[in-house]
Amino acid sequence: MEHLIELKDVYKIYQMGEETVHALDGVTLTIDQGEFVAIVGSSGSGKSTAMNIIGCLDVPTSGSYHLGGIDVSTMEDDQQAEIRNKMLGFIFQQYNLIPKLNVLENVELPLLYAGLSAGERKERALRSLERVGLRDKWRNLPSQLSGGQQQRVSIARALAGEPSVILADEPTGALDSRTGREVLSFLKKLHREGDTVVLITHDNSIAVKADRIVRLQDGRIVYDGDSSDPQAVVQPHDDESEIEDDTFGGEAVGV
Amino acid sequence: MNFTQSFRLAIKSLVTSKMRALLTMLGIIIGVAAVIIITSLGNGMQNYMNRQFEQLGANLIQVQIFGRGGGSSRSVEPEDMYALVEKYPQYLSGVTPYVSAPAKVRHGSDEFKRTSIYGVGESFFNSKGQTMNGETLAQGRFVKYIDVERYQNVCVIGSYLNREAFGNNGLGQTLSIGGAPFTVVGVLEESGDSAEGSADDKVYLPYTSALRLSNMADASFYLFTSTSRETASAAKGIVENRLFQTFQSSDYYMVMTSAEMMDAMDSMLNTLMMILTLIAAISLLVGGIGIMNIMLVSVTERTREIGIRKSLGAKGKDIRSQFVIEAGTTSAIGGSIGIVLGIIMANVLTNVIAVVLGTGNDGFVAVPTLDGIAVAFGVSVAIGVLFGYLPANKAARLNPIDALRYD
Repeated sequence: MEHLIELKDVYKIYQMGEETVHALDGVTLTIDQGEFVAIVGSSGSGKSTAMNIIGCLDVPTSGSYHLGGIDVSTMEDDQQAEIRNKMLGFIFQQYNLIPKLNVLENVELPLLYAGLSAGERKERALRSLERVGLRDKWRNLPSQLSGGQQQRVSIARALAGEPSVILADEPTGALDSRTGREVLSFLKKLHREGDTVVLITHDNSIAVKADRIVRLQDGRIVYDGDSSDPQAVVQPHDDESEIEDDTFGGEAVGV
Repeated sequence: MNFTQSFRLAIKSLVTSKMRALLTMLGIIIGVAAVIIITSLGNGMQNYMNRQFEQLGANLIQVQIFGRGGGSSRSVEPEDMYALVEKYPQYLSGVTPYVSAPAKVRHGSDEFKRTSIYGVGESFFNSKGQTMNGETLAQGRFVKYIDVERYQNVCVIGSYLNREAFGNNGLGQTLSIGGAPFTVVGVLEESGDSAEGSADDKVYLPYTSALRLSNMADASFYLFTSTSRETASAAKGIVENRLFQTFQSSDYYMVMTSAEMMDAMDSMLNTLMMILTLIAAISLLVGGIGIMNIMLVSVTERTREIGIRKSLGAKGKDIRSQFVIEAGTTSAIGGSIGIVLGIIMANVLTNVIAVVLGTGNDGFVAVPTLDGIAVAFGVSVAIGVLFGYLPANKAARLNPIDALRYD
C-alpha cells in the first residue's frame, strides 16, 4: 500500500558560516492515511525542519519526499504552493490569521488561491466554520475573538481546503492549558472523523494525545512507535546533547 | 481571481490609515490636479481666442506695409487696393485702410488720453451690420463713401466716450479730435466693459481725415475680406502679388489671414501647454516614487501576512498581483481626487479670470477636456502599477518560512 507521507533518507544541511549543520540527518519516516502522529523533540532536534519539509515549505538537501505518491522534494516554489494549497492544512502556534480580514475571509483564503468561485468559497468556508462551532462569528475580525476561538478559526481554515494532511505546529503553545486541551481534543475528533493529523510539539504531555510518537534528536529519529509505550516519553540522556543543542540553536530560527 | 479581494484590501488599508494614505497619494493628487488645471486653462484659452477670431471673421486678411522708406517712391495707395478688390471679386469682397491716428480727443475741458482713433473706409462696416472688429451700431450710421471722398469731419464713437463725454447723448454732437471739430454720426454698441482704454473707448473716422490728422500720405495697414474662409489663402496670394509688384521684395510688407493667425496662436499655445504639462508630469513621477516608498514599507510590515498567504497556497504571481493592484488602486484614487480638485480649481480660476479681465460670463471659461481627464486618470493608474511592481516583486519572492517567522 502507498503511504501518504514517505520520507526516505532525508538530509537537510545548512551552511552556517564555517560550520555545516545537519538539521535532518538521514530521516526515514512513513505516515499513513488516517494516522495521528506527534513529532516530538526539544529545540534544535530538527522537528521544525521536519515540519517545513513535510509542509512543503522547504525542500530536502538530499533524499526524497513523496506526498500522496507525488515526489515533492524537487519542486519549484510555485508547484510547492499548489501542493500546499491542495494537500496540506496548517495550524500554527500564533494562529496566523490575517487581522484585516474577517473570520470568513480568513477561512476562504486557501479556497481563493485554489481558484474557487465566490459562492463556492463562502459555502465551503461556512461549512468549515460550522465544524469548529464558529459559524455565527463569521463576520467578526480575529481581534474580536478569544485565543481559543482564533485557533479554532485557523483550524477551520486548515480544513476548508479539504487537505490530505493537517499539520499542527505547536497548536497549543499560545493557549492556556484548558483551551489547549480543547484544541487537542478537537484534533482528536478530526482524527476520529478520518483526517490525518501530524502534530509537532516539544511537549510530551501533548504528544501523548497522539496515537504514535516520532521522537527526533539531533536530526535523527530516536523513537518511533505507539504513544502508550513508556519508552515514547523518555527523554534520552546524552551528555553531548546540551552542547549540540547550542550549536543547533540556529537551526530552529532558520536560514 | 482575487482582484476584488485585493481591491477591497487596498481600500480597507487606505481607510484605516487615512493620514498615511493621503500623504502617499499627495504627489499623484497634485500632479493630476496640475495637469487638469493646465489643460483646462489651455483649452479655455484656445476656445476664447477662437471665438474672438470668429467674431472678427475667419476671412479677414491683414496687410501691414512697412515701405522701403528713405523717400522711395515705391508705395501703394488706397486706390491700388480698391482696384484689387474690383479686379478679383471672386476672391476679395472688400478692403479698408486701417489708420491709427495719434491725436488728442477732447470735449469741452475733458481730455480723453487713452482713446484709440482709427481711420477706416466704408467697407470696414459690412453688409451684415458689423464692423470688421465685430462691433455693431447702437445709434446713427457708420462712415460712408462720401465721408471718405470728401474728407468729412464725422466720427463714430464707442460707448465709453458716449457716456463720459455726452452723458449717453452723443449723436449729433461735436468732438474735438486733434484740434478739429468732428460730428458724431454714430454710436457703437457696448462690446467690452465700457471702461477707459477698453474696446469701448475708441473713435472711427474716415481714413482720409485720419491720414490728414496724422500727416501721412498713405495708409500702412489694410484689412481685406476674402469672399469665404476657403478663398482666404488664394486672396492672400493675390494681395501679396500686387504688393511684390510694387516693392519687388517681400521684406517690406506682411500679409496674414485670420486663419493663419489662429493657427499660429494655437500652435504657440499648444507648445506652451506641452511644456507646462511636462512640468506637472514631474510631480506625477515624484508621486509614483512616493507610492513605491510606501509600498516597500507596507511589504515589510506585512511580511507575516505574505508568509501566511504563501503557506495557504498563494503563488508568487498571486502575491505580486495583490500588491500591484493595491498600488494601482491607491494611485487611481489619488488620481480621481486630483481630477475632482483640478476641475474645481479650473472653475475657480474661470471666475477669477472673468473678474480680472472683466469679460463677464461668456468670456474665458477653463474647460477640462475629456481627453485630458482620461489621460490623467490612465497615467495615474499606470504610475501606481509601474512603481508598485518593484515592491510587489519583493513580496512575491519572500521565502514563506522566513516570512512566517517575521514579527
